[in-house]
Amino acid sequence: MNWGNLLLQFFLCYVSTVCFGILLNIPKRAYHTAGMIGGGVWVVYWIMYYCSGIGLAFSNLVAAILISVLSQAAARRKRMPIIVFNVPALVPFVPGGQAYKMVRNFAIGNYHLVNVYFYQVVVIVGAITLGFGLGELLNRVLNYLHKYLIKKSRWNF
Amino acid sequence: MLTKRRQALALKTCLLAGRLLIENGSNMERVNDTLSRMAKSAGLHGFQAFTTVTGIVVGTINEPDAQVITIRHRKNNLSKIADVNEVSRELARRKIDVPQAFAKLKKIDHQKMSRWQNWYESFAAAILSGALMIVFTGNVSDSWAGFLAGGVGYGAFSYLLRKYKIQYLGEFCSSLIIGILAVIFVKMHLANNINDIIIGAVMPLVPGVPLTNAARDLVSGNLISGPTRGIEAILTAVSIGSAIVIVLHFN
Repeated sequence: MNWGNLLLQFFLCYVSTVCFGILLNIPKRAYHTAGMIGGGVWVVYWIMYYCSGIGLAFSNLVAAILISVLSQAAARRKRMPIIVFNVPALVPFVPGGQAYKMVRNFAIGNYHLVNVYFYQVVVIVGAITLGFGLGELLNRVLNYLHKYLIKKSRWNF
Repeated sequence: MLTKRRQALALKTCLLAGRLLIENGSNMERVNDTLSRMAKSAGLHGFQAFTTVTGIVVGTINEPDAQVITIRHRKNNLSKIADVNEVSRELARRKIDVPQAFAKLKKIDHQKMSRWQNWYESFAAAILSGALMIVFTGNVSDSWAGFLAGGVGYGAFSYLLRKYKIQYLGEFCSSLIIGILAVIFVKMHLANNINDIIIGAVMPLVPGVPLTNAARDLVSGNLISGPTRGIEAILTAVSIGSAIVIVLHFN
């Protein structure tokens, strides 16, 4: 594993997440947290996909679940809506390269390659959507557990 | 029991909060949750709200009148959502009362952008394009071209959206500009790889908010809003893609 490259990736994803946050006009005190979530999850994805050989769909799924859970934690801590954190952090995972290759092959006329890239785009978008759904479910479970533990501790005392 | 005027004001406040939330790209569950919380803390009994992406209907069960508001254009300004959230939180904690909340919401609605906001956003889009171009393709030597094309493309997009309020053709035109710029850079031998430049420069235009909202709305079981947001995301992606197809035909 190339640590310098990993650090560069983290930095670039941090910067791009913060910039997408500026485009969506998120509050200024959310910049740093959103950037840390975006960069950190991208590093996890990079290690999973490029270094461990885990498949495309599963690494995107795990990344989306991580984004969802971390954003919920940040939202609760900073008292802001969750959408402020999870939309900017998503931006490195958008399948821009594959979608562009699909469009390019469509314009050139390589229709068999269009199918290949189309399936990749569908797999990535589907995995991210499913991951957000699962993350939402996980958030509700964690929220319930949190409340349950507080209630229980109050009963004991 | 509330008087008629106070009840009308409470309904108006709920309506304004809902319009602000939906206009600026919140997900429907949050809208319903905020509206019912605000109604509860304003003292409305039997409050009902029907929210879609293009309009809201609110009313109370024991009163004959209901109020409607339509939502014409949507933009993504997430700090307004955070502000509305703050107002609803303060109302629930009884720090402010309903007329004050209404005044605050009106202030949020009329918030003007600063004069340099457009330039600031274009600069951020330019940095975003350059950084993501390096992440996706590893092409460092052409990243200045992605920087320029992304900034100009996003600037054109936000100018068109603010000035003429066109929803999907704005993305189409700005992708066209990005593609033409990339072709010019490559034809003048200033940059090498047209594919990498376009991949990077198109990134600020991706429909992140509709995609996320579609996923969250579908999970929470909102069958009206989820597919609608999905269609919004698909339309945006298709308009970007068709502009790129047109440019590549003339390459």
